[in-house]
Amino acid sequence: MRETKNIILCGVGGQGTILTSKVLSNCLMKAGYDVKMSEVHGMAQRGGSVTTQVRFGDYVHSPIMGKGSADILVAFEKMEALRYLDMIKPEGKVILNDYEIASSTVLAGEEEYSSLILEEVTNAANASVLNACKIAGNIGNVKAMNIVLLGCLVKFMNLGELDWDTAIRENVKPSLVDLNIKAFYAGLGAVSN
Amino acid sequence: MKKLLTGNEAVALGALEAGISYASAYPGTPSTEILENLAEYKDEVIAEWAPNEKVAFECVIGASVAGARTLFAAKMVGVNVAADPLFSFAYSGVNGGMMLVSADDPGLHSSQNEQDNRNYAKFAKIAMLEPANSQECKDMVKTAMEISEKFDTPILFRMTTRVCHSKSLVEIGEAVKPTKKPYVKNLQKYDLVPANARHLHVKVEERLKKLEAFSNETELNYIEWNNKKVGVIAAGVAYQYAKEVFGENASYLKIGFSYPLPMAKIKAFAAEVETLYVVEELEPFMEEQIKAAGIHCIGKEKITNIWELTPDIVGKALLGETRPVIDYDLSVVPNRPPTLCAGCPHRGFFYELAKLKNVMITGDIGCYSLGGSDPLNAKDSTIDMGASISMGHGAQKIFNRFNENMRTISTIGDSTFFHTGINSLMHVVYNRSNTITCILDNRITGMTGHQENPGSGFTLQGMPTTIIEIEPLVKALGIKHVRTVNPLNLKELKEAFTWALELDEPSVIITRWPCVLKKQSEADKKEFGNYFGKCVVETDKCIGCKACIKTGCPALQFNKGTKKVKIDESQCVGCEVCKQVCPVKAIKRVGE
Repeated sequence: MRETKNIILCGVGGQGTILTSKVLSNCLMKAGYDVKMSEVHGMAQRGGSVTTQVRFGDYVHSPIMGKGSADILVAFEKMEALRYLDMIKPEGKVILNDYEIASSTVLAGEEEYSSLILEEVTNAANASVLNACKIAGNIGNVKAMNIVLLGCLVKFMNLGELDWDTAIRENVKPSLVDLNIKAFYAGLGAVSN
Repeated sequence: MKKLLTGNEAVALGALEAGISYASAYPGTPSTEILENLAEYKDEVIAEWAPNEKVAFECVIGASVAGARTLFAAKMVGVNVAADPLFSFAYSGVNGGMMLVSADDPGLHSSQNEQDNRNYAKFAKIAMLEPANSQECKDMVKTAMEISEKFDTPILFRMTTRVCHSKSLVEIGEAVKPTKKPYVKNLQKYDLVPANARHLHVKVEERLKKLEAFSNETELNYIEWNNKKVGVIAAGVAYQYAKEVFGENASYLKIGFSYPLPMAKIKAFAAEVETLYVVEELEPFMEEQIKAAGIHCIGKEKITNIWELTPDIVGKALLGETRPVIDYDLSVVPNRPPTLCAGCPHRGFFYELAKLKNVMITGDIGCYSLGGSDPLNAKDSTIDMGASISMGHGAQKIFNRFNENMRTISTIGDSTFFHTGINSLMHVVYNRSNTITCILDNRITGMTGHQENPGSGFTLQGMPTTIIEIEPLVKALGIKHVRTVNPLNLKELKEAFTWALELDEPSVIITRWPCVLKKQSEADKKEFGNYFGKCVVETDKCIGCKACIKTGCPALQFNKGTKKVKIDESQCVGCEVCKQVCPVKAIKRVGE
């Protein structure tokens, strides 16, 4: 009996969290896991806070998880890591993309974007910080940042042996397959557990 | 073969496997993707966007009476719009099977209220099914058709956001070629004049009794025996939450056919367990009926009826369990509310509108409801689809009667205007009003994710069709004063507002510019040209006055250190609203 594992991805609308969880869920499904994935289509076409949750194991009941139950939190944007930190188990893992997107309240000067976000997260939780934007930029396109983060996630899930190439091939635009596969392995190699 | 599907995708697939040949809906979160997915099966299913839910529902009734298997889908408030035909179709019954999907939104992720539409099944006296995952979503469509035809009833197919939008595994079946039953004229059944309807009510009551007997027999309501200390009755996603919390430590009566309830089965289950919980989201729909049947159970005294449930809420309410979480200071995290996109054609409109004094701005349902947020703040109300125009009229009449120096300005999108705004505008003209109606025509249904509508020129399947033009339409309704303006041009907007405020008759201002995210049609390209570009701030000229920031564009960022504004190149599309606002001409278009 494989215990249900809980992954939560958070970021800002337009960062590709949904595509990432799609690749993740489909690969897990093909590997024989029961999978449930949950997202909320809210009012935000762009710019709002977004999360998707992926749960997998032998049999998964609820499509959503409770607070304090995520094994790994992947934050595509660093402030979002702090917003959802209470979702992880106290011993859970945070994969933190050192990337900043100011919210509309910050742009308008009503609220401050704390310069201490990285410290806040790394002090409170077991976090691995990386600059996925830079890694993706180095291999040709910053937009592949999401798949770099998927690579890191897979490393920490210890599931590198699954067929990720096929999952990427089946879920991203044909013209972007090579770039994304490169991004995936760059992410996989960028962290060690 | 298994696929990972959302509940909405699974319903569309279920329709294909159940031989449904007609479906209609108006887009509304979380139901929209059902019709979008059905559109893929155009050889099997006629799937159509209707201008509103009432129209959609009546089209579906017609197709059912003609003999086809049919589907209607709406978000929960959309069912309100279709309630008139629903209650009467509940009397006449079907020919080809008919199901209405009600996609409820506990938690108000994208809705204006949190109504529990299970009550419609009881209210209209029709059968109800509640799937709990995507596999059930698919399978229950076929079951719905069979029950509908066997018992001559429309089926309320009740889903919630988590069922609609969560993905889970679905075993793919066989598509069937839709067939139809013969159409037979039958006035006693389909002509609801009082003489006929009176007798149909008797049939409806008999049908309910037969449906309750079925509810007790069907495998859709099944018992899982485990520990008998605790028994749980649950349906839909609440069943999954209960399983997550109790696991094997409780027995379950899983309800899939949830109206009429299987009261005999519930009684037998209750007799075997020590403590009986009813775990349900929102209202005590099952609990009240179970208690009325004299069965003791625990429900809403422990589990809240406000917002959506989670496994956490159920666990805490029934077992007093909470999981340890990381303790940290959340107050340092700034809010991240949704905003109008960079380049949104609504931005300039709301920026100019906000400057007007002594106005009440009635809003409507769409992306433009964000015009009421900071820093634009140009809205007084949002109630329901079309209300901006009719509410504005009612308010204006009272301001006029009591000699208050106030004007009402109604703001409504193109798709919402086609939905129910037309009737309201007719009322404005007929009753000699002097409101100002602004129709924000962005050439698409925006907020639900770009669905075609009667003004866009394409059907759900992307087939070219007649464009219903708004300007001649409002003139035909009797509006004498109409102006169509470019909302990226602030001067044009300002002049239009001044012009309208000086009139003592109803006027319409149409702002016509495509949604910045819209994939432009050939007609759009011809009409609007390629206006995309970039703007930049000439840093030496910027005086840090933040005038541009007041447009609320997410591409503009004010740097507190340098006291200058910077434009994010990756977001800017060159709409030039900020350029027009800058008092020192520090913003220019790249290449100018």
